[in-house]
Amino acid sequence: MTEVIIAGIGQTEVGEHWGIALRDLAYAAIKEAVTDSGGLKPQALFVGNMLAPNLSNQAHLGVLLADHCGMRGIEAVTVEAAGASGGAALRQGYMAVKSGLVDVALVVGVEKFTDQVGAGVDSAVATTSDSDFEAVQGLTATGQAALLMRRYMHEYNVPTDGFAGFPLIAHANGAGNPNAMFRKAIKREAYLKAEMVSDPINMFDAAPNADGAAAVILTRNGLLPKEFSHPLVKIAASAVSTDTLALHDRHAPLGFWAARESVEAACHKAGIGLEKIDFFEYHDSYSIYAALSLEAAGFAKPGQGWLYADSGSISLKSSLPCATMGGLKARGFPGGATGVYQAVEAAMQLRGVAGLCQVAGARFGLIQALGGPASTAVVHILEKMDA
Amino acid sequence: MPNNTLLKPTRPVGIVGYGSYVPRYRIPAREIARVWAGGKAGLPIKEKAVPGLDEDVITMSIEAARNAMMRAQIQPEQLRAIWVGSESHPYAVKPTSTVVAEAIGAVPHIQAGDWEFACKAGTEAMVAAMGFVGSGMAEYALAIGMDTAQGKPGDALEYTAAAGGAAFVIGPAENSLATLNASYSYVTDTPDFWRREYQKYPEHGVRFTGEPAYFQHITSSSKTLMEELGATAKDYQWAVFHQPNTKFPQRAAQMLGFTPEQIAPGLLVPVIGNTYSGASIIGLTAILDIAKPGDRILLASFGSGAGSDAFDITVTDKISDRAGRATKTQEYIARRTEIDYATYARYRDKITMK
Repeated sequence: MTEVIIAGIGQTEVGEHWGIALRDLAYAAIKEAVTDSGGLKPQALFVGNMLAPNLSNQAHLGVLLADHCGMRGIEAVTVEAAGASGGAALRQGYMAVKSGLVDVALVVGVEKFTDQVGAGVDSAVATTSDSDFEAVQGLTATGQAALLMRRYMHEYNVPTDGFAGFPLIAHANGAGNPNAMFRKAIKREAYLKAEMVSDPINMFDAAPNADGAAAVILTRNGLLPKEFSHPLVKIAASAVSTDTLALHDRHAPLGFWAARESVEAACHKAGIGLEKIDFFEYHDSYSIYAALSLEAAGFAKPGQGWLYADSGSISLKSSLPCATMGGLKARGFPGGATGVYQAVEAAMQLRGVAGLCQVAGARFGLIQALGGPASTAVVHILEKMDA
Repeated sequence: MPNNTLLKPTRPVGIVGYGSYVPRYRIPAREIARVWAGGKAGLPIKEKAVPGLDEDVITMSIEAARNAMMRAQIQPEQLRAIWVGSESHPYAVKPTSTVVAEAIGAVPHIQAGDWEFACKAGTEAMVAAMGFVGSGMAEYALAIGMDTAQGKPGDALEYTAAAGGAAFVIGPAENSLATLNASYSYVTDTPDFWRREYQKYPEHGVRFTGEPAYFQHITSSSKTLMEELGATAKDYQWAVFHQPNTKFPQRAAQMLGFTPEQIAPGLLVPVIGNTYSGASIIGLTAILDIAKPGDRILLASFGSGAGSDAFDITVTDKISDRAGRATKTQEYIARRTEIDYATYARYRDKITMK
């Protein structure tokens, strides 16, 4: 059986890298991943990015990064699916290697928010929603999430501090991740006192936009360098689903249909049930999205996702650790790089090198990147192979 | 080999006299939050000083200059330069400095000019005065940093943009109440905050104003100055940093190894706001008001655009006689009349009539 192995991983610290250009961020992650793979030479580069044309006035990232990173001439393209761009790029790399068309693929996710500040960033992010019917009304990503959170609280009688469990766990885990933007645990009182960003979303319910780049090298198990010494981590399944782009076109907006479909499809392809999943890297760009993702995946019943977090069922020592290295909330939300960060972090967990964030004995990791309010959902299941 | 990093005049110079001015009106930050944020905003300071209807950078500079001259105990005609640093000069064309010179009787045999470098125009004028006196061309020069800062209604900066500043008579070290041992400036093209011609209010780069602008420049200037002098934070009794809000100078001090006690007397921003060109140097006046002979002080300004001037200062015996000869900065701070947002809007010309 042809297995696609994550042979190399690399990442930069997530944060506000005012002085580092988009291409240099990507280079740092790529260099680390290539070294980690034992020097594999990529034949194709898939770049996950959401906003460079808007925020950095830079499109055509494929050739930009191939050229800048010493790989001039190879196949290189950008993959864009809003916040799911990194996950979508990973899938392109997976398909290329799995099919045999490419032997070694490099997937890099990179985002550079700090080329602009203020309203320009919100406007850029709003281009990923339905421009004619949502953005034009002034709806922002956070406003959209606030509408969903308000509806959820109304439908399921959730108290105002009902979502506290998500950021509390994320920040507790982020404290152990040296690449996280926020490395400090927060207290419930801090959550309760936090200012509103877009009522009912408070400061701790929204992940911070941040700069960062992450990269993985994919190859087939027969092509690994002889001296390759990492525990083998394979991509056991890959799936993408899409919903309506606009939130108002959905009959049941709290259902996160694409998030559910993509998990179901991936589990089916991997031939496992949810009970086999050892940890879940969900797309917690907002607390409400974490809750809806838990429910869509089937880990919690509709309306119960927030209780799941509130009862501590997603902590590192629980049966389903989530946001194990801080998630989007504490590691930071590096836009289109997010899905690749999730893959790097999951590979670290399965290799057993996640340090203070380590989930003991993990074999299957589920990662899911969302574009918008699960308008696009990309899922991968990573598996630690038997030695 | 001579040390080219630090600025050190061949003829030792110092501060011969100093004076501050803070207008009496105060608007609490919570009052601004009441109007613009339903009272819910996080408040960067307690309150800020607001100039009265008949006050501007010229009148306030004159007040501070008179205080400085009272402490300096020299005649106005002994001044060979009056330089005023501000980003709120009343005229775009017509100097503030000539009016100040005329008002204190220092004309006509004098240099006069206005300086602009966002919030560090005042310390830039001080560095120039060090050179002017240090070269021997002049015996005394008056450097002023003063602002009636503009805050766009509702903007984050409206909570802090305040009025006030300080004036310093720079002269020979032997007649100084504090010697200016050396200075060092760290300057780059960093567009964190600006106001173009004909714009009423400045714009800023939000979070870009923090790490890459304020912290990068103010810690670089301070670190370099201390390293070149072989000094550490422990060698200073006091330190004062540009203070756009309460947190920034506290964090800069911590990054450089200074204790909260060392910056306490110069940290005025919580009660007068950010006085821009006046912010770091009015803090210095509050320190000089209580300093003892031998005290060593680190002063570091910050101006957007961006740069920071750091100074190494040692208080002399002459402080004991001179500090009490004019109104002290804390006395100005205690002289307080609280106003509401409506009065503030009128005083600050925020209501457009036509």
